[in-house]
Amino acid sequence: MSDRTRSAITLHANGDARALTVDNRRTLLDALRDDLGLTGAKKGCDHGQCGACTVLVNGRRVVSCLTLAAAADGSEVTTVEGLAGADRLSPLQEAFVRLDGLQCGFCTPGQLCSATAVLAEHAAGWPSAATRPDRPYAPGRPTPALDAAEIRERMSGNLCRCGAYPQIVRAVLEAARDTAAEHAHTPETGAADLEESHA
Amino acid sequence: MKEFAYLRPTRIHDALTAAAGRDDVRYLAGGTNLVDLMKDEVYRPAVLVDVRHLPLDGVRDAPDGGLVIGATTTNSDVAAHPHVRLRYPALSQAILAGASGQLRNMATVAGNLLQRTRCGYFADPSQPCNKRAPGSGCPAIAGEHHNHAILDWSEHCAATHASDMAVALAAFDAVVHYETLDGPGIVTLADLYLPPGTTPDRETTLPAGALITAVALPGAAASRRSRYRKVRERASYAFATVSAAASLDVRDGRVHDVRIALGGVAARPWRARHAEAVLAQQAATTEHFRAAARAELEAARPLRGNAYKVALAENLITAVLDDLAASHDGSAAPYDTQEGSR
Repeated sequence: MSDRTRSAITLHANGDARALTVDNRRTLLDALRDDLGLTGAKKGCDHGQCGACTVLVNGRRVVSCLTLAAAADGSEVTTVEGLAGADRLSPLQEAFVRLDGLQCGFCTPGQLCSATAVLAEHAAGWPSAATRPDRPYAPGRPTPALDAAEIRERMSGNLCRCGAYPQIVRAVLEAARDTAAEHAHTPETGAADLEESHA
Repeated sequence: MKEFAYLRPTRIHDALTAAAGRDDVRYLAGGTNLVDLMKDEVYRPAVLVDVRHLPLDGVRDAPDGGLVIGATTTNSDVAAHPHVRLRYPALSQAILAGASGQLRNMATVAGNLLQRTRCGYFADPSQPCNKRAPGSGCPAIAGEHHNHAILDWSEHCAATHASDMAVALAAFDAVVHYETLDGPGIVTLADLYLPPGTTPDRETTLPAGALITAVALPGAAASRRSRYRKVRERASYAFATVSAAASLDVRDGRVHDVRIALGGVAARPWRARHAEAVLAQQAATTEHFRAAARAELEAARPLRGNAYKVALAENLITAVLDDLAASHDGSAAPYDTQEGSR
């Protein structure tokens, strides 16, 4: 194996800078699991279709099975192991436990990372395909609260073979309500910069 | 997966130089399609040139009232951009109708345009496929093709282009900007894709080694009243069976400006220019919308297993134009902020 086919990289995994040398073929998922011992992210389909490998890279959810570790060099990576605070679970994790948002648990790390990002995306004013199309976009208007239809749409990249979807939606909804209380009346992204704002 | 070198240039010239004169070098952006195809050994590149560290990210206003979208801007960032949502709502809707939140965070504008078909024979190297292995044959024509093309396919290939985003870009007359070592170039989205003909392996008119740098959307007031609607086999996270992007400007009850593009029906986003011509200055009625859709689909040649797409496309064009015409009634102008909150 020549040097051209390997890369020396640093991953900032859950706050720890970890230096490693990887074969360029190594996915971020395999690097996390096999090189860094972070086995929370799961290998389901390994083709970007199931979401079990979802992690946050620089704050955004991605599927780590289609992310090359070499291409993630220098990134901040948050896995399910990094979601909890020092002495307690995140509100989303607590909601999953309280509302039974899992059965076998294999998809849960991906569900949790994805849902964590869903709350952040919504707080930033990102729309989804479930955001009503008959409601014209108006810069500056507060983002509508997440409802079950929005959560189902935004979480559609995470499959659950046990079919725990009703409880997962409920858990995300509850966590979203807690988050919404903190972010009440947050305007949509970039609205303040819009010269076309009619608000 | 075959071994490969990984390069991360920060200057466009360095990226172009790395790819010049070689057919075993591929540009890597989000990787959502490329890495997947490498796992299946459909692609076996010797070198990947990561273009995400080139200065090609972001959306900026153009002097003509349009937008210029950098090639490596993620699908998520385009869909959420306030100016996209305000001026080209069908583009935001089209992107959000595709893939998943995770994939949209990774996928880029240029990568979306150059993604490969999701024909199952193309993705399976154990099968013949004229697109992947020229001359080996097309099992889809006689085999599984319920989601294949109904327009402009050939006996050599009936695969569709999988993008939702490109359908909206086609309706908006987007222009693709690219760089080569010989200098920059532009091509309209309508001229970017080649029909399959006898060479379905050749999909675009881009010169060898060209790097897409941006997609420009011309300024057009009519684009504000636009919509994307997609029919698929499950409620979310599935490719289109048929989709439609349209914009409509009605004045005094007549069609003043209409743009229609279809997805899921051909090897490229299908701009329905025939339907547009039929509708020009006609009364904006359901009957006329349907007649225009039928006129466009006269050219359709369905395969044994996908004739449903002809009726579906007709109904979809009619429904989307009906929706847009209805939005002309009442107070719901596309930039009206006075309606109540949800």
